[in-house]
Amino acid sequence: MTRSQEPVVVTGLGASTPVGGDVASTWDSLLAGRSGVRPLTGEWVDDMPVRFGAPVAVDPSEVLSRVQARRLDRSAQIAVIAAREAWADAGFEGKATDAGIDPDRLGVVCASGIGGLHTLLGNYDQLLAHGPRKVSPLAIPMLMPNSPAANVGLELQARAGVHTPVSACSSGSEAIAYGLDMIRSGRADIVVAGGTEAVIHPLPIAAFANMMALSKRNDEPELASRPFDRDRDGFVLGEGGALFVLETASHAKARGARVYGVLAGAGMSADAHHIAQPEPDGVGIIAATRKALADADLSPGDVAHVNCHATSTPAGDVAEALALSKVFGDALPGIPVTAPKSMIGHLLGGAGAVEAMATVLSLYHGLIPPTINVDNVDEQIHLDVVRDVPRKLEDGQLAALNNAFGFGGHNVVLAFRRP
Amino acid sequence: MASTEEIRSGLAEIVNEITGVPAADVQLEKSFTDDLDIDSLSMIEVVVAAEEKFGVKIPEDEVKNLATVGDAVSFIEKAGA
Repeated sequence: MTRSQEPVVVTGLGASTPVGGDVASTWDSLLAGRSGVRPLTGEWVDDMPVRFGAPVAVDPSEVLSRVQARRLDRSAQIAVIAAREAWADAGFEGKATDAGIDPDRLGVVCASGIGGLHTLLGNYDQLLAHGPRKVSPLAIPMLMPNSPAANVGLELQARAGVHTPVSACSSGSEAIAYGLDMIRSGRADIVVAGGTEAVIHPLPIAAFANMMALSKRNDEPELASRPFDRDRDGFVLGEGGALFVLETASHAKARGARVYGVLAGAGMSADAHHIAQPEPDGVGIIAATRKALADADLSPGDVAHVNCHATSTPAGDVAEALALSKVFGDALPGIPVTAPKSMIGHLLGGAGAVEAMATVLSLYHGLIPPTINVDNVDEQIHLDVVRDVPRKLEDGQLAALNNAFGFGGHNVVLAFRRP
Repeated sequence: MASTEEIRSGLAEIVNEITGVPAADVQLEKSFTDDLDIDSLSMIEVVVAAEEKFGVKIPEDEVKNLATVGDAVSFIEKAGA
């Protein structure tokens, strides 16, 4: 196996998000500035310190058959739905062999930040209430964090390798970086890569709220996720995911595939600072950004847009803005940025993948979705935030970055460019 | 005491719920693995649901002897459903 120098391109996209059951409806909602954040329902909600979130717009039970749905954790249901859309979007039909693809050259990398939490806790409830005999024999294959990746691999017949990077809220972007590496290192011609998460459940809500990470704006849920805004008070828990079809440019060309963009490079670093707090000077983010630019053979001047991680937490948004100002210097005011989490909330392991999708679609369609709820930009944040309405991108060779950072101090930056 | 047909039809409902196999296909001569394509994990789910529905105990050691729907129905009948 030899290291490939040829570009890796994006030929298929699939998603299920709080603002749409597929890529087209998600993209339309992002451009329109529509929020997917809403009050949560359920008997448990009333006792919670936070009573809103961003569930997927189309429940997986409306898409999958009952029998298939009951064998998959909700996070894997979302992954399978997104994988089917991405696979069809890339022009493939059926399993690899039916689609004329060598299964030994097809890989899957599907991340999850937390894993099959609904399955784990649902079965624990059964154990406590009815004893060990009522614990499902499917519990382990459903709750293991690699379950979404494994089920996508089964669905598509991927044999080159099926992987699950776990790095909290940067997992989805790390999966795409891993997919890039699989292709470059010659281990696969096609990789289906991205992330998923479904943990809207009282336990993580209580836990995130107790660590002061969540917005508590219970009276105005749609206004709660406000990245970069002076009055932000934490993130909004969302669910969903996205998957990419990545392949070598020559493979895509040979089959006449439509190309959304080039995944030009990836950069990763770790803060080694604190398990949950961002490093205040953004040193790790700067390192990851510079590595991504070098890996993609881009200079800071080539970057026309940054899709930010910006979760709407007080400390995180400032550290990210500071890091961008260090990397881009005087050029920063000319680089429009946006934060999809203002509309979809924080999808944890799904976030990087959905937002990387928005990044590549911005290059493809020449439009940057707005950040909503930014009434007054925080005075410590010196960014050109796209607000209220989409911003047009110029024609020609442009590049864009997608940022994703996670608890544990993980930093992942993906670099995309037009073909 | 439930009749053989009542047990078969109750079992068919369980199999349909868990695996999606049409209830009408769940006939006495059918093999769980070869005809109905039920894997070992789903079989455990079927057994647990059947224990609950018919108020019987099906020991783990017994499950491997239940090759056909008829085997399961007779076991449940003998176990006192």
